[in-house]
Parts: sequence; C-alpha cells; structure tokens
Amino acid sequence: MRLLPLALKSLRNRRFTVALTVFTLALSVCLLLGVERVRTQTRESFASTVSGTDLIVGARSGPVNLLLYAIFHIGDATNNVSWQSYKEIAALPDVAWSVPISLGDSHRGYRVVGTSADFFTHYRYGAKHTLSFAQGDAFSDLYDAVLGAEAARKLGYRLGDGIVVAHGTGRATIAEHKDKPFRVAGILQATGTPVDASVFVSLAAIEAIHADWQYGTRLPGAGVSADAARKLDLTPKTITAFLLGLKSRVATFGVQRAINEYEAEPLLAILPGVTLQQLWGLVGIAENALRLISALVVLVVLAGMLTALVTTLTERRREMAILRALGATPLTIFGLLLLEALLLAACGALAGIALLYLALAFTQRALLDGYGIAIALTPPTATELILIGGVLLAGLVAGLVPAALAYRNALADGLTIRT
Amino acid sequence: MNASLAAVLPFRETTVELRDLQFAWRGAAPLLDIENLSIARGERVFLQGASGSGKSTLLGLLAGVLLPQRGAVRVLGNRINDLRGAQRDRFRADHIGFVFQMFNLLPFLSVRENILLACRFSALRSQQVSERGTLAAEADRLLAALDLDPALIGAKAVGELSIGQQQRVAVARALIGAPELVIADEPTSALDADARAAFLGLLFAECQRAGTTLVFVSHDDSLAPRFDRRVALAEINRAALPVRSARAAGR
Ligand SMILES: Nc1ncnc2c1ncn2[C@@H]1O[C@H](COP(=O)(O)OP(=O)(O)OP(=O)(O)O)[C@@H](O)[C@H]1O
Ligand SMILES: [Mg+2]
Repeated sequence: MRLLPLALKSLRNRRFTVALTVFTLALSVCLLLGVERVRTQTRESFASTVSGTDLIVGARSGPVNLLLYAIFHIGDATNNVSWQSYKEIAALPDVAWSVPISLGDSHRGYRVVGTSADFFTHYRYGAKHTLSFAQGDAFSDLYDAVLGAEAARKLGYRLGDGIVVAHGTGRATIAEHKDKPFRVAGILQATGTPVDASVFVSLAAIEAIHADWQYGTRLPGAGVSADAARKLDLTPKTITAFLLGLKSRVATFGVQRAINEYEAEPLLAILPGVTLQQLWGLVGIAENALRLISALVVLVVLAGMLTALVTTLTERRREMAILRALGATPLTIFGLLLLEALLLAACGALAGIALLYLALAFTQRALLDGYGIAIALTPPTATELILIGGVLLAGLVAGLVPAALAYRNALADGLTIRT
Repeated sequence: MNASLAAVLPFRETTVELRDLQFAWRGAAPLLDIENLSIARGERVFLQGASGSGKSTLLGLLAGVLLPQRGAVRVLGNRINDLRGAQRDRFRADHIGFVFQMFNLLPFLSVRENILLACRFSALRSQQVSERGTLAAEADRLLAALDLDPALIGAKAVGELSIGQQQRVAVARALIGAPELVIADEPTSALDADARAAFLGLLFAECQRAGTTLVFVSHDDSLAPRFDRRVALAEINRAALPVRSARAAGR
C-alpha cells in the first residue's frame, strides 16, 4: 500500500488548516534561514572591511582598540604617530604603499578622515574591491572633501555643496572651522564598510584648518584666513594611524616585528584580518543568541503543527477505522500520520526557502544602503541545508506524537468508533 | 470445490467457525462467551441482538481486529487468532469485505477511488480483478450492479452522495476482488424501508453471483426472513445478562 497519495489527498481535503500550518512554518523557516544568512554575510563583510591592507599601524595600545579607532572610527586614539616615524617606516624596502590617516574632526556626526588621495586607490574591501566614485573625483584643491555614500545620502549633499568641519567628534564638538569651508568634490559608491560614513579631506587640509589652533583651542586673535593658510607649510607633525601595503606577503611578519620594536616611539602594527576575527569573537555572543531564538521559533511552530495534527485525530478516528477494516495495520496508520507530518514540514521548509529568496530579492537594496549588509542571492549553503534538514527531522519527531496516538487508538478501537 | 458444485451443494464448507470463544473488553466483565457458531460457505446469516449486546464486538473478532481471551476463531480454515498482527490484517484485506453502519467512505477520495482502496490494500484482490479486466472497469461494473450510474457518480466526491448511495458504494468496495466473506454491521439502519429492501436485494444478488458468505448484523428483526439463517446473539452467548436473554426470548 503506497501511503503517499493517501496522505496527500487527506491533506488536500483539509487544505485551509494545512495551508495555515504550512504558512506559519514557512515564516519560521524563513526567519531561521534569514538570520543565518544575514549573520554569515555580516560576518563576511565585517571580516573583509579591510582586505587589501597588510598592516595597520598606530601608537601602541591594544590591537582591537587600534582597529576600532583607525578603521571603524569608534573611540579615539590615546596617542598619535609622529610624521617622522611614518616617513621612515613608509620608506622601508618591503613597503609598497602607505596611506596616512588623521582623525579628530567631524561633520554633523560623520567622522572627518584626513588622508592622502592614495587612500582611494589602495583601500580595498570585500573580495578586493576598490573604492569607486559615484560622482566627482578625489581632492584636487586644498579645501576639497570626498563623502562616503551614506554620509552624502543621509545629509543630502551634492557635488559642489559647501560643508563646514567641526573640531572634535560626536556631540563633543567644541567649535566649527567656519572660516575654512570645504567643497564636496566627490561622492563614493556604497561599500558596506565604515568608509560609507566618513568624510575625507586631505592631510594638508587638516593642517590648514588647525593652523590657528593649538592644544585643542583657537589661538586668540591669531586668525589665519583660508587663503593665507594655503601659503603655510602644511606638512603634518603627527597623524593618527597609517595603512601599509607590502611588496610581498612573506615580509608581513618581518615588517610587523620591525614596527613593534621601533625605537623612536612605541608603535603597534596589526594584521587587519586577524584582529577583525578577534573583534568578531566579541560580537559572536549576540550572534548565537539570534540563532538560538530563531531555532526556538521553529520549535514553537512545530509544536503548533503537532497540536494541529493531534486535534484532527479525534475527527479522523472514523477514517482510521475504515482503513483498519480495509486491512491497514496499526503500523500503516502510524506511517500515514508520520508521513503527513513530514509532508507538512517539507512544504513549510520549501515555502520558507521561497519566502526567504523573495524577501531577499525585495530587501537586498535596502539592506545594502541602510545597513551596509551586502546579501547575494546565492543558492543555500551547506549550513543552511543542515538547518533545513534539522527542521525536517524536528518535524518528523513532532509527527511521532500524533502517529503514536493514532497507533494506540487503532489498536484499542477495533472497528467500533468510540468518541 | 468449484463454483458450480458449490451452488449444488451449498453450506458444505464452513467459512466461519467459532469455538469456546470468550471475549471481554479490557477492565470490563466478559461480554461474549460462545460455545460454537459455524457459518457455511455462501450462507447468508442474519445476526440479531439488542443494542450493546456485543454484535459489533463479535464482528471485530471475526475480522481479526480483536483477539479473544480464549477459544478459536476460524475463518476459511485459518485460526486467525493464532496469526500475528500484520498477518491478520493481511488476511482481512485479502478475504474479508466490511460495511459499517454509516460513514463508510473516506471523504477525501472520489467514489471510484474509495472502491479501489480495497484493492490497494490487497494484492490478491487486485490480481483477482485484473485477471478479468481493469480495476476501474470492475468498480464501474459493481456500481452499475448496485444501481448506481458509474458515469454520473464514479468521479464524484463522497459528500455529494445520499446515505443510501454511500452505503451501496461501501458494498461495492466490500465486494470488489471477490473476498470470501462480507461482514455488514447494520448497513441499513440509516435507510428508510423502501431503500432498505432495495439495498438488501442488490447486496444478495452480488453475494450470490460471487458465492460470498454474508454475515449481516441488525437489531431490526423484520429483515430476518430474507436470510438463510437468523442467529440471535443472546441465544448463543452464555455471557449475556439474564435480562437481555429474557427479553430476547420473550419476542
Ligand atoms: N472499543 C471498545 N472499548 C471498550 N469497550 C467497548 C468498545 N467497543 C464496545 N465496547 C463495549 O462493549 C459492549 C458491546 O458493544 P458493541 O458495540 O459490540 O454492541 P452492539 O451490539 O454492536 O451495539 P449496537 O447495536 O448499539 O451497535 C458495550 O458495553 C460497549 O460499551
Ligand atoms: Mg454495533
């Protein structure tokens, strides 16, 4: 006796409740897979926030700390790096390129990054993507600024708009450099990295706006006009950190050691990939909590399915007695109910996958723009397949309950139906 | 023995034989205690008994769904109470057709699918039909023989049929593949007098045609004269309460 057509027709007969069960299951499976996908994609895009840089160098502190302030612009550096040291290290024979970074100012909540135009050619993220300009170009004038995609979008800037940089970061901005406004010269394409939330200006510009400042305050009466500043020597004395690209990977540890043992001042060089992994480890707890919750949602829904199946058993006792009279063994009845549970779980899982891809297709753009999470519509990964397998297995286990009840009824009822 | 000989010498072979049978539902007093009951091949037996006297229970024992605590149930020469569970179920699928009082059909299958369900559970009955034609053709032949238009109702959903029509579809299912024994548990109680008479006529004709043994249960004695034999459960059941036997005797 092949049970499949029987189970299918029986389910079709109860299509309304079946559809409801499948739908809730689909939602929960979609949630489970969605969390998994967002999680892995977030981790991947996080781990590749900086991908083409071999070493990040800053004043000596903790590696995670250095990564946080230099790349993620979270917190501040305790110390700076002297321009002298930077020049010396950049001149080491193994160094292919170097990009200085100077932080400390902000514009309406977005960090201002003082750097060289090399930043736009050497910075890499994700699978070695380079930065590209959505509009305009890198700095050509001293008072040119380049905006990250999010900063430009959220603040509604276009090319040519004027912006004023504030001294300090976050809410603690003391004063604005009103006398030296910048012009938006370029806007970058979205990257899903902290670059999106940055405002880039040249290192010289950072010097220029601070020409009449000392020790964090404006020198009284010593106003240097924007044009006058152009004539000053704008070579910085210190920078916050710098990125290094090496000629060969093999040299990485040698250069790192050389920097860490640098005599003139205490410096720290980190490998971005390794430190990103360490940092992710800290975030990992929240990540597992998310997974746990979505798995629990699936279990709750499966318990709902179990209840739905068990409640139908009373009204289906007649059906079971008919099957018994026709020669169905109690085991056949058991199998029939188990099969129904499995079919429900399978339909729910399939519908959940379909729902996931539908949802991803519709929210892909918004996720990238709003949260910088790049989600590709790739086929299910091995982990996702294991999760789906887990759902089916859990569905089967849940199905054991109604199946066992029906089995017991089949033995106890005989052919008389007692309700 | 071949079919023509069976027609000449009816009742020679026993289809059903109960011996020293005792049965009690779990935790209840003995319900059935039958010393002997034989039903011959091709015989049409009317089993009468009051409500609650254990008629359906007895049928469950005949069908091998229930097991007696003592004694033997022989069907077609097999002591079915000695068979293992799955074997008994297989035996029932192959050799016994069953008709309930009502709600005989699975609501999610069409009329034709309901009839063919019997063949799905029994390779033997399926094969028996296939020797002479297709399964669908045999289902349609039975429908027609039971005064139902196959073209009209064959593909219909069960719910669209009247009770009387449903009962005849159930008979078609019990008869397909020519099982040796058909057991009917008050199949006419939901029908009016005319429909009841017509139903019996059609049932008898088809049983006759296939040489099927029929055990028919009812508490309505007015049908009894149309059968070969009437068996009052109260008279053969030693476990019957005196009140019940007295009432049965008084009729
Ligand atoms: N599945 C069961 N489990 C326990 N006891 C049962 C079961 N089926 C029937 N009984 C009990 O067995 C007794 C006989 O029931 P049964 O259904 O065999 O009577 P019946 O003669 O068929 O009655 P009716 O004419 O009303 O159908 C009743 O007392 C009933 O309560
Ligand atoms: Mg009964």
